[in-house]
Amino acid sequence: MAKITLDNLAHSYLPNPGGPDDYALKELNHDWNDGEAYALLGASGCGKSTLLNIISGLLEPSQGRILFDDKDVTHAPTAERNIAQVFQFPVVYDTMTVRENLAFPLKNRGAEASYVASRVQEIARMIGMEDTLDRKAQGLTADAKQKISLGRGMVREDVNALLFDEPLTVIDPHMKWELRTQLKQLHRQFGHTMIYVTHDQTEALTFADKVVVMHDGRVIQIGTPEELFETPEHTFVGYFIGSPGMNVLPAKVEGNRAYVNGTEIQLANAYGAPSGQVALGVRPEFVRLSDSGGLPVKIRRVEDVGRHKIVRAECFGTEINIIAGEGTEIGPDMTRIEFEPRGVNVYADDWRVAPEGSQGRAA
Amino acid sequence: MQEKTVNQKGWLFVLPVLVLVAFSAVIPLMTVVNYAVQDTFAGEFFPLDDKLMWFRELLESDRMWDALQRQLVFSAIILAIEVPLGIFVALNMPRKGVWVSVCLVLMSLPLLIPWNVVGTIWQIFGRVDIGLLGHTLDQLGFSYNYTQDIFDAWATVIIMDVWHWTSLVALLAYAGLVSIPDAYYQAAKIDQASRWKVFRYIELPKMRGVLTIAILLRFMDSFKIYTEPFVVTGGGPGNATTFLSIDLVKMALGQFDLGPAAAFSIMYFLVILLISWVFYTVMTNLDKEGS
Repeated sequence: MAKITLDNLAHSYLPNPGGPDDYALKELNHDWNDGEAYALLGASGCGKSTLLNIISGLLEPSQGRILFDDKDVTHAPTAERNIAQVFQFPVVYDTMTVRENLAFPLKNRGAEASYVASRVQEIARMIGMEDTLDRKAQGLTADAKQKISLGRGMVREDVNALLFDEPLTVIDPHMKWELRTQLKQLHRQFGHTMIYVTHDQTEALTFADKVVVMHDGRVIQIGTPEELFETPEHTFVGYFIGSPGMNVLPAKVEGNRAYVNGTEIQLANAYGAPSGQVALGVRPEFVRLSDSGGLPVKIRRVEDVGRHKIVRAECFGTEINIIAGEGTEIGPDMTRIEFEPRGVNVYADDWRVAPEGSQGRAA
Repeated sequence: MQEKTVNQKGWLFVLPVLVLVAFSAVIPLMTVVNYAVQDTFAGEFFPLDDKLMWFRELLESDRMWDALQRQLVFSAIILAIEVPLGIFVALNMPRKGVWVSVCLVLMSLPLLIPWNVVGTIWQIFGRVDIGLLGHTLDQLGFSYNYTQDIFDAWATVIIMDVWHWTSLVALLAYAGLVSIPDAYYQAAKIDQASRWKVFRYIELPKMRGVLTIAILLRFMDSFKIYTEPFVVTGGGPGNATTFLSIDLVKMALGQFDLGPAAAFSIMYFLVILLISWVFYTVMTNLDKEGS
């Protein structure tokens, strides 16, 4: 296992990239700590698979270095990096049995037969496939095949990191949950460094210690699920994580007061006088309907999702989502909304503005 | 489960196909069966007393067995060359870029040439007096003459078939290869699989379906081969390249022995059917065993 360092890394699929738009992956510096579980979260085409392929060595970056435990592996071939990768579509060797599949990476590296046999047995127990060891891999279900892929990666004891490229895409919903739990358990038990690429926020948030959110070829925030929820560094994070995503309201901010179309809102912190396109970001969880003070809204629709109600409303032409408790009565006089001050973030040109006097990372 | 409704009118929809098949296959075949149990003389038919006489006579003579043997050897040789060669070519074809189209067009060209044209091309190509191949070999001091030497005749006919049909195997194998997702190759890299193992455990299993079709098509076609060897060697020297079809035509049109030729046709047809069936069954059973 190893620490993985990305140093000034960037990649373009064009031979002579010009402006930043030509880069699929924009300049990036980051350390992946040994033994941690990371999720790379982002929409399709945001560069997360590119990043993963650079780490695994299937792609050579056009710029920068990549280090495993401070050893430069930028130009090292995949085979030398000792990483394991689980792909979106299960890759198994159809004509082999499960046992042969698991033994394959070891045999290719010339391991002794007795060691291979015991190691395969051990891995089979870990992934819960001891009973099917002698079956042909071809007829197995997608989730079993994905487990074999995972097992093939873990069978090597010197594996530096386990990489997952949207591994649950083709898995049935009820198996997804089970596989994710198993994966998390394996991580806790064996402490592999894991990097998990996904566009599904639930997968990312439940799996990872730290979530890396990518957008348009750039890493915009790295944080715990809690940080991503409470202080999204970029409006995209707020919008992408959460269901529904964060509300963004254009506003004017002066000190600890904000004005939305002239209506004053008290903020929990002071922000000075941010310039650019200033907006308030408030998660639907921190918005309350009221019949007296606050911003005027027009309710468009109420969706009852069981646990709570999602109220779709409009405030000065901007769409606002509100999460209301299941027991809340939504009457015709509920024409105003209030924000919980601790749930309000201020954004200038889409990046979060750190409150005055805080040590928080400003963009 | 709901009972299926019975509607005998459904047969009407099948009727056109039945009529078509009857005219295209069943009725011509039955006329052949009819010939096989009669004797012809001066344009008149005489029913045989012993209905299976022609069959018995043919089975007892060496003529058909020899032709069958030559035919089997020929099919075996061209399959043994064309299948591995086709796979090899497919493995070395580019997977993307402009060269893909160039390769595909070049590969398809031999397939587009009519059989007798292929025969003519090689007939001239191999001639010692004016042919590029024959004359060059002759000048280099090799004795080469497909009209007199049995080995040269066989070599010419086999190389001609390989030239004509390897593309088909290559194109089918290529179709199988390009359908393999990149992830398989990436996983193999991560697992440190050698080139041979990538071929053995990824490419070959994924090509199995198309290769079954390729082998079946090439077997049936080569087993029925007529025009090309007929144009090049005319079945000679002697009877050295007289394959089943050539022998059959000799019997039917050369000697005008319609009865025996009809019996020959029927047995020929059954042999192809039998071998194809056995082959297909074996291949699909292997597939089932795999899963």
